[in-house]
Amino acid sequence: MKTYLSLLSLFGGLSLLSIGGGNTVLPEMHLRAVSGYHWLTDSQFADIFSISQAAPGPSILIVSLVGYAAGVKVAGVLGGLAGGVLATVAMIVPAATMMYLVTVSWQRAQKSKLRHAVEKGFAPLTVGLILATSLVMSRAADHDWRAYLITAVATVIFVRTGVNPLIVVAAAAFLGYLGFI
Amino acid sequence: MSEQTPSASRVSLAEIALTFNHIALASFGGGLSAWSREVVVERRKWMGEEQFLSAMTMCRIMPGATQVNLSVFVGASMRGLAGAVAAILGLCLVPVAIILTLGFLYFTFKEVPAVKGALHGASAAAVALTVTMVIKTGKKCLTGVIPVAFFGAAFVLNGVLRWPLLVVLGILAPLALIWAWPRERAKG
Repeated sequence: MKTYLSLLSLFGGLSLLSIGGGNTVLPEMHLRAVSGYHWLTDSQFADIFSISQAAPGPSILIVSLVGYAAGVKVAGVLGGLAGGVLATVAMIVPAATMMYLVTVSWQRAQKSKLRHAVEKGFAPLTVGLILATSLVMSRAADHDWRAYLITAVATVIFVRTGVNPLIVVAAAAFLGYLGFI
Repeated sequence: MSEQTPSASRVSLAEIALTFNHIALASFGGGLSAWSREVVVERRKWMGEEQFLSAMTMCRIMPGATQVNLSVFVGASMRGLAGAVAAILGLCLVPVAIILTLGFLYFTFKEVPAVKGALHGASAAAVALTVTMVIKTGKKCLTGVIPVAFFGAAFVLNGVLRWPLLVVLGILAPLALIWAWPRERAKG
């Protein structure tokens, strides 16, 4: 029970601290889960980080795995699943509630100058930040020239053709599976 | 509130949940932002380009995972609280089940099933999807010297020099707002 309360308070707090995206609280999460509570080891944390990056869905779902690791220690697999779900809910609900309130007031400010300025002014910033993210993503994934080649070819396909991106992603995954990348 | 807007036909909660589930599952290997835009703006036409892009930066500034925040923004814009809940559930429910299955395998057998190479390949294509989003959205909103300068500054400061996001936005966001603020003469 104590473990579950710790999960709830740790992730409920981190939820509201994660200003700038989920990645900003990873160091604190690592510190508390590994050195503080000893739910998992350093290398396990690195492994679940890569699992959460690669798995479909938001990468913040690393908290599901931290919760699983904590729960498994007290009550086996079922305890792990419960811990995973609890940690996820604790991480999502507080921040999502705030975002909901902001969205509602944003909807009401249909005609405000601020909203107009944000929509026009933030768009170019966002495009720049997204390009920055692609660069950081490729570096983090340790891409070599073959991976960059795949990225270049796939980009041309996406821009020039209307082919479903999922087919290209799956093809690239298959090449990776065969060991070509 | 959605009854007041005749332009947008009422989207069902199931449709919102299924759409975000689709976005989440497609993002195998990464590229969630690009998938969100592809589906929400291009296929479903639930939002315009600028509204979506600016929402994305607001979602990064707010606490919480950007993608979860974005689903809340889109869901709540379409159908209020119920829409937000549907979007979050759509985005997270199946991925949580998948990741807990992977977690079970990992913690039981001490290794991830042989998917490492596949994930590496998928992430190369996911980066391409993100670059494509930059090209497509750039064509539409980088019209003029000043927007291009904002775009370049955000990329260099955050991506190349690796300044923290909040520092970059602390400098650039006010400037962008001043630039984009509606002028008085635009009235009337």
